[in-house]
Amino acid sequence: MNSNYNYAFLDEGSKREIRRSVLKAVAIPGYQVPFGSRELPIGRGWGTGGIQLTLSLIGPADTLKVIDQGSDESVNAVNIKKFVGLCTDVETTNDTRKATLIQTRHRIPEIPLRNGQILVLQVPIPEPLRIVEPCEEATKKMHAEKDYAPMWLQLYESLVKYKKVTIPTEYPCMVEGRYMMNPSPIPKFDNPKLHRAECLYLFGAGREKKIYAIPPHTEVVSLAFDDIPFERESFAGKKCRLCGSENTYLDEIFDPQTGERFFQCSDTSYCQEVRRHVSE
Amino acid sequence: MCLNETPVLSVRQLCLRYGDGCSECQTSLEKNRCTVCGTVWAANDISLDVYPGEVLGIVGESGSGKTTLMRSLYFDFIPSSGTAVLSDYKSGRVNIWEASAAEQRLIRNTIMGMVYQNPLLGLRMNYSSASNIAEKIIAAGSRNASQIDERARELLQAVEMPVSRMSEPPRNFSGGMQQRVQISKALANNPALLLLDEVTTGLDLSVQARVLDLIRKIKARYGISILLVSHDLAVIRMLADRTIVMLDGKIVESGLTDQILEDPQHAYTQQLVHSLI
Repeated sequence: MNSNYNYAFLDEGSKREIRRSVLKAVAIPGYQVPFGSRELPIGRGWGTGGIQLTLSLIGPADTLKVIDQGSDESVNAVNIKKFVGLCTDVETTNDTRKATLIQTRHRIPEIPLRNGQILVLQVPIPEPLRIVEPCEEATKKMHAEKDYAPMWLQLYESLVKYKKVTIPTEYPCMVEGRYMMNPSPIPKFDNPKLHRAECLYLFGAGREKKIYAIPPHTEVVSLAFDDIPFERESFAGKKCRLCGSENTYLDEIFDPQTGERFFQCSDTSYCQEVRRHVSE
Repeated sequence: MCLNETPVLSVRQLCLRYGDGCSECQTSLEKNRCTVCGTVWAANDISLDVYPGEVLGIVGESGSGKTTLMRSLYFDFIPSSGTAVLSDYKSGRVNIWEASAAEQRLIRNTIMGMVYQNPLLGLRMNYSSASNIAEKIIAAGSRNASQIDERARELLQAVEMPVSRMSEPPRNFSGGMQQRVQISKALANNPALLLLDEVTTGLDLSVQARVLDLIRKIKARYGISILLVSHDLAVIRMLADRTIVMLDGKIVESGLTDQILEDPQHAYTQQLVHSLI
């Protein structure tokens, strides 16, 4: 640990302010709480919201896991782990079960999270209504008045044009029947994992200066018309070429040498665990 | 129409001014502008009733306050003072301009329908025609896509639009077709009151005739009350049961349409009727 830095990089006042915003976010599930997003040694839009949440919550007893697009080994994930390690000395892991604090971008791990774990998601655009209303003041009013008809209209327009809802990521959902929420750019495959989960989900948007949360056991329902149920991405007939899993979110990989296309688990740690079990 | 019935809409002393106003305003107006403080009275002490099943026409020159009245009723503008009650909203006991934003939205989407002179104000040009109609139905609370689809189809047929084009955006359509989509959107939730603001302005004569014919059919079919704004007396003569004449933000004459057109009392109405002849 580099003792020239304050513990977890941010000063204590900043961490307290962020934790107060987290408490408010937990108290009002799905509501976007404004916070004073701090400067970090990385650019806004590179996960500063998630990192600030991680830094303000992490303690010496924590075990940290960082994933980026499901991978523990990506440049972004490795560098965040190094950075947090540099200013906290906490243990890091690739094992989802062992981690107490997981920072992620674009995915929720395949292994169901348990009580006591916190999943921190990096969020680029926290406002679910942004695609239908560009004005921040107007979206605030829409949330206050629970006026979500324009988003439903967007879904209906998709049905008219393409006969199905075509939103692949950031699929909007209703939290506890009150606030519409953008579950960050996770694929809609992961949306059901938010519903009545055991863990605490925290969402941090550093550039937009917003924090929101889904506390454990919260009702999270993806938007769907009464007669057209919500559907996740289908990987029917496909399986991971490494572990053979058929029920996980798969990445399609193209090999330019052979021209071959194959599928592989997006969650690398889960894939490794399955392979380990098979080999044992 | 029966004048003994409870009005669908009652407006009393509606005023909408641009400026702070002053104590001299009502005595120092030059046209609708106060010569002392410069305040413009776009609508000045307007009172009217619309009865069930009636078409109330509003005529007047440009700048007389017709559109201000209509858009105030549809909550696009906030009046400076006055009351308006709807028999379908809390049994006519509550001033709609004092309702919460959510309730005003509900009134817009269920009790009233509006067709703007400019389709850009009434339609989402990048959404399909079906979605434009669906907007009202969704806002009223429906979450069943098949039912919404069916209703959109039914309404487009009612306004003689080809259903095969319901997935096309209104920007692809002619002016007359855009007005038809607006009318079907306005009718989406069977409103008690339809506000038509210069619906035929800018359309060529044959299209005008078809739109007017359509409005007549809608009135006969749905028995809906209509507030119709036009500066064209021929349109008023064809559709309106009663007519009010506006000038400089004020009502200067009102009565049965035939009476207004055959025996105008106010000098401005006389001028208006003679200019028609």
